[in-house]
Amino acid sequence: MSVVNEIPLPGIGVRYEFVTHDGDRVAVVHHRSGVRELVLFERDDPDTSHDLLRLGPEDGRTLAELLGVSQVAKDLAELERDVEGLAVDRLPLGAASPFDGKAIGDTRARTRTGVSIVAVLRGDEAHPAPGPEFALRGGDTLVVVGTPRGIEELAIVLRPG
Amino acid sequence: MHGSAFLLELGGVILLLAVLARVAQRFGFSPIPLYLLAGLAFGQGGLVPLVTADRFIAAGAEIGLILLLFSLGLEYSARELVDAVRTSSRVGAIDLLLNFAPGFAAGVLLGWGVVPAIFLGGVTYISSSGVIARTLDDLGWMGNRETPLILAILVIEDLVMAGFLPFATVLLVGGGAWRVVVSIVLAALVVLTILTVAARYGPAISRAVFSDSDEALLFGILAVLLLTAGATEALNVSAAVGAFLAGIVFSGPAADRARSLLVPLRSVFAGTFFLFFGFEVDPGTIPKALPAGLALAIVGAVTKIATGWIAARRGGIGRRGRIRAGTALVARGEFSIVIAGIAVAAGAEPDLGPLAACYVLLLAVCGPLLARVVDRPGRRRASARR
Repeated sequence: MSVVNEIPLPGIGVRYEFVTHDGDRVAVVHHRSGVRELVLFERDDPDTSHDLLRLGPEDGRTLAELLGVSQVAKDLAELERDVEGLAVDRLPLGAASPFDGKAIGDTRARTRTGVSIVAVLRGDEAHPAPGPEFALRGGDTLVVVGTPRGIEELAIVLRPG
Repeated sequence: MHGSAFLLELGGVILLLAVLARVAQRFGFSPIPLYLLAGLAFGQGGLVPLVTADRFIAAGAEIGLILLLFSLGLEYSARELVDAVRTSSRVGAIDLLLNFAPGFAAGVLLGWGVVPAIFLGGVTYISSSGVIARTLDDLGWMGNRETPLILAILVIEDLVMAGFLPFATVLLVGGGAWRVVVSIVLAALVVLTILTVAARYGPAISRAVFSDSDEALLFGILAVLLLTAGATEALNVSAAVGAFLAGIVFSGPAADRARSLLVPLRSVFAGTFFLFFGFEVDPGTIPKALPAGLALAIVGAVTKIATGWIAARRGGIGRRGRIRAGTALVARGEFSIVIAGIAVAAGAEPDLGPLAACYVLLLAVCGPLLARVVDRPGRRRASARR
């Protein structure tokens, strides 16, 4: 996945920006009302944008499905909202991480931090509900569920050195 | 109540608001200036002064003021407030300096005395977050790089309001130097107490008030709102401040639902509030206030454009973006009227009402127009308007 910048728009919502493979800067404005705006920046003026599309809440979901995005991330976000104190996060596993090539069980994430690894994202593939024997690789992204504190601790555990 | 006469009069007023809201929607303008004009036409010394519905409208206006500030407080989460202060307090200070000074100076030059001049400074300072958010959306500027800077300035202005209102209201009550000092300390204590409660118990209060029933939630929120507003008013800190702070208390799902539940109520009562402000201004005083209002509006437009330009330049944004940021900020509206309304209600300075009305009428219309002009001509949004 490309690097996505998150820019808060106080009182309005959040804007997410990224640069496409072809070098176009694209943004999606999430309005609090549920409206989504798809925006394209001018190539010769990085400050100025053109809005391409305005999507209602349902339209946004439809477009996402058509573009092939799974619902997983969204469902997790809903889970996070429903259970207070529960955080869902993505932790990158660096190439130099001590767990490159090790099994998930070796991280002892649950015992040490109380955090569960609920999915592993590798390139375009998602591996939901991996078992303890699942072998991790540098460059993986781990989708984790736990307390915010526990997730911070796990991030430290996964770091090289 | 007066039976049929009361209902007919109130119905007529609301019919007028309905027509004006429709006209504003049709031409893509803020309805606020139209409501003010209608108030001028039907208030004291106007074309058709109201006889029976005026007391009801006065009470409605008071609720409108409270709802306006409450939704302002609801608008921002504590995190957004903190972020805005961290990133934009410098620009916020420049904004305050450049835009408060003209009003204050004008007030002093007109021989009004310090307290009404402070209020006029507040009127010229504060941009209209409602009108501006709408302009940004209409022109498709939400994606632009300067937009977060504009929004951060608006957040800071609203925070300044939270400090300004209790301070100014205390000055309005007046009394000896000692009494003023005591009142200011008291006001500061009240504000700090409520903010502490918001930070500590905000989530707990939100959970307690939250309900799956719209009805239960709405009554719960209104109860907290009116009680806070009433308590702060009793302590001479202005109900408006209490309402703003009450808005900050709510967070999470309770705030999200409250925002949408309150929209219709707020529209009705805020419309009444603007209308009532117009009622209180004698249209005969407008021609006299117009030259000063026009001059102040021109200065106010220039100082806001300068503010936006400086903010955008500090943010590393190019010329076009700086101009956009400046023109977007020009619009004044609801909160200028709120500030003027508090002073007028206290009988501070008879000329403040008409002057503020002229100022807001001019800038609420010209601000969005200016923004439209600097936007590249011929650009149309891809999708149809709502």
